[in-house]
Amino acid sequence: MDVEILSRIQFAFTIAFHYIYPPLSIGLGVMLVLMQAFWLKTRNPLYHNMARYWTRVFGLTFAIGVATGIVMEFEFGTNWATYSRFVGSVFGGPLAIEGIYAFFLESGFLAILLFGWDKVGPKTHFFATCMVALGAHFSAIWIIVANSWMQTPAGFHLVREVGKNPDGSPIEVPLDPGYILKQEDLDHVRAVVDSFWEMVLNPSTLDRITHTVIGCWLAGAFLVVSISAFYLLKQRHLQFAKTSLKFGLAVGCFASLLQLVSADSTARGVGDNQPIKLAAIEGLADTTTEAPLGIVGWVSWDKDADGNIIGIKENSFKIKGLLSILMDGDFLHPVEASKTVVQGLNDLPSDEFILARHPGATPEEIKLIRPEYWPNVPVVFQTYHLMIALGMGLIGISVLGCILWKTGHLWRTDIKWVRWFLIVLVLSVLMPQIANQAGWFTAEMGRQPWIVYEILKTSEGLSKAVIAGQVLSSLIMFAFIYVLLFMVFIYTLTKKIQHGPKDDESINILPEKWRPMALKGGRQTAPTTNDQPND
Amino acid sequence: MDYNTIWFILVGVLFTGYVMLDGFDLGVGILHLFEKDDTNRRIHLNAIGPVWDGNEVWLVTGGGALFAAFPEVYATAFSGFYDAFMLLLCALIFRAVAIEFRSKEKWPLWRKSWDIAFAFGSFLSAFLIGVAMGNITWGIPLNEHHEFTGNFLTLIHPYSLFLGITTVALFAMHGNIYLILKTEGELQAKLRRWIKVTIPIYVVCFLIFNFWTMYKCTHIEDSLRDHMVELSILFLLTVMAVGAIPREVHKGREFRAFLFSCLQMAFLMALFGLSVFPNMIFSTPNVENSLTIYNGASPQNTLQFMFVVAMIGVPIVLTYTACVYYIFRGKVKLTEESY
Repeated sequence: MDVEILSRIQFAFTIAFHYIYPPLSIGLGVMLVLMQAFWLKTRNPLYHNMARYWTRVFGLTFAIGVATGIVMEFEFGTNWATYSRFVGSVFGGPLAIEGIYAFFLESGFLAILLFGWDKVGPKTHFFATCMVALGAHFSAIWIIVANSWMQTPAGFHLVREVGKNPDGSPIEVPLDPGYILKQEDLDHVRAVVDSFWEMVLNPSTLDRITHTVIGCWLAGAFLVVSISAFYLLKQRHLQFAKTSLKFGLAVGCFASLLQLVSADSTARGVGDNQPIKLAAIEGLADTTTEAPLGIVGWVSWDKDADGNIIGIKENSFKIKGLLSILMDGDFLHPVEASKTVVQGLNDLPSDEFILARHPGATPEEIKLIRPEYWPNVPVVFQTYHLMIALGMGLIGISVLGCILWKTGHLWRTDIKWVRWFLIVLVLSVLMPQIANQAGWFTAEMGRQPWIVYEILKTSEGLSKAVIAGQVLSSLIMFAFIYVLLFMVFIYTLTKKIQHGPKDDESINILPEKWRPMALKGGRQTAPTTNDQPND
Repeated sequence: MDYNTIWFILVGVLFTGYVMLDGFDLGVGILHLFEKDDTNRRIHLNAIGPVWDGNEVWLVTGGGALFAAFPEVYATAFSGFYDAFMLLLCALIFRAVAIEFRSKEKWPLWRKSWDIAFAFGSFLSAFLIGVAMGNITWGIPLNEHHEFTGNFLTLIHPYSLFLGITTVALFAMHGNIYLILKTEGELQAKLRRWIKVTIPIYVVCFLIFNFWTMYKCTHIEDSLRDHMVELSILFLLTVMAVGAIPREVHKGREFRAFLFSCLQMAFLMALFGLSVFPNMIFSTPNVENSLTIYNGASPQNTLQFMFVVAMIGVPIVLTYTACVYYIFRGKVKLTEESY
């Protein structure tokens, strides 16, 4: 295997593993803010007990998130040095800002969140919790800004180095917009920022931030749902489990419905900015009006006698015209909307795009060159549809859960079908996780063969000083460490779940600084057994 | 002063912040196995418990700032030191999760394994950071496109290895002083005995390393001549700060000793910065291929914009970091939230 494929596997593996944890921190962060806010409002010790238990789970996911996150900050330089040189002045900015504004905020206040219960009062603690959640969101925002710039680069231009100033700094001349980079340019050409805000707010940033952050909320909410449903099934910590489950379902229901709106907008953005990606994830071969929306199925490569890819074959159950309607977005006039033309892979990228990069290619050659600019269609089709299916599943589960909560059936564990539903809830924690991963694979594999969309190819971004053997050894090292880490994480999380929250009278004892003024000085708050939260 | 110089200083400040802060928690890790008692080990861990991941953020942010301001330097250093940095990552991951997992179980093998992971992870991190610093001062082979042309063995030579050892000794001493601040009673008395070992080891390393640099790193001679006065003053200050550490410890004023320990690290970093300036990575044998703050930097508009970003952000960070340290001041008490 060569350096390119190994480096891609290593990056994909380390980022996919890392990406299990930050969404949990972001989602659980929101849950913790809510729980503490409820405590401040009602002063019911149950909420305090909940916040403390979920903070312990939060601490576990956060530590692994930090440890695996440092890897990501290093890997741009270690494995993608040419890319780093080429885009550093654009792409490095968001990463530095993420460090200064997000990571410090998160980790600084995390100390108070995890260890500050006895050191500060409830309001300061609540403030710290908010800051941790805010920092987690900031970090998601800035890393997605950086990634979105790779998907839909904006606010920059290319410059070519033509000489040196006496101090050694390069003399650079701007290149025309639309300049096509050649292999030999890589030592002399780089991207520089024109407008920082245009770079930050590139065409896909807002959609992708919204979509990803909601995905993170779902991950956190369904972790709470899953563990609470488990307690309910086991008839343990009932009061705690019921209230936690309500929090989880409420946030999960809200987020999954919101995700539907965000997904619609994100997909339309992909259609506008990256039509090849849209055609690939939908498995659309021919440009057409009344384009169908595939629900489930498969796509395979169509190859000629020599084994060259010449197109795709797709077999799927589809709804005619729906893709056109979704792309148009005018749901009130579906008949007109279905007339919208959606471009298929057989016309993408355009002949002009290919001719500009392969001057003098004949129409037959163009046909053979075209698939080089497609992502791996069979894979992205599946990851995309998996994400959609799971998203729909989450809506179903959380809406049904909320209805059962309102009718009161959710707590009737003596009914068999309710127990089955609770088992589904226990397993539901995997759904947002898999959907998040599938979504990222779709986004990143759908960008191929580009590392910076239609500017720089992935194969051109590698480190020149690194050889395949080095990457292979580090990949084996990461595989070993991460498998070990994952097993220890699951083991420790299981232990925490088995151990459970505090369940006795002691939950009524608040930390010294949290007690009401009148009760300070060693006395405990009076037990408030009758004071249960409203169902 | 141009933006390139300002960013050179800013990146330097971030990495100085890293060695001052993560320095003590790496040091606690290096000393970890020398303490045999489980409760005392937990006290050591909880002394750094609330702050270690905040400290590691300085490294991440330093890396990010280097990427934004000096992408060529970032790319050259990280791809050139590939194997060393992969090992560093391995070490950092192990020590981070060891802190989190160690006290979650009671069985001895579990705790012992994580203790070893924590100690070796900390030791290796400190050592590799020193080796990397050593190579930057000593110089690495670069071609005209600033690509590293050596291999892993190029990075291993007596000078870089010795700087690795010096860094380990430095962090061990720094961590030892920090632990004295956070402990009391018999444990503190034991740590006071240790300090009689850790300080002399570091002082010896410190002296050898300084003379070695002055006599053997010929490419910094120019800068030694140009900045003779500043460098002499800085060197004198460093020696005085190092000298003040045993004096303050002897008088039982550990907090001052800790401040002097931080101060001498800052002086050392300034000394390092001033003697390599304006170079960031020396190229040997072809010095003309060295990366400087000019040929390795982002364009002026990026530097300018990021400067504004940093000037707003960094003071805020310093403020709340100071608050967090203030809130967690005083001796360690083990509670149910502890590691």
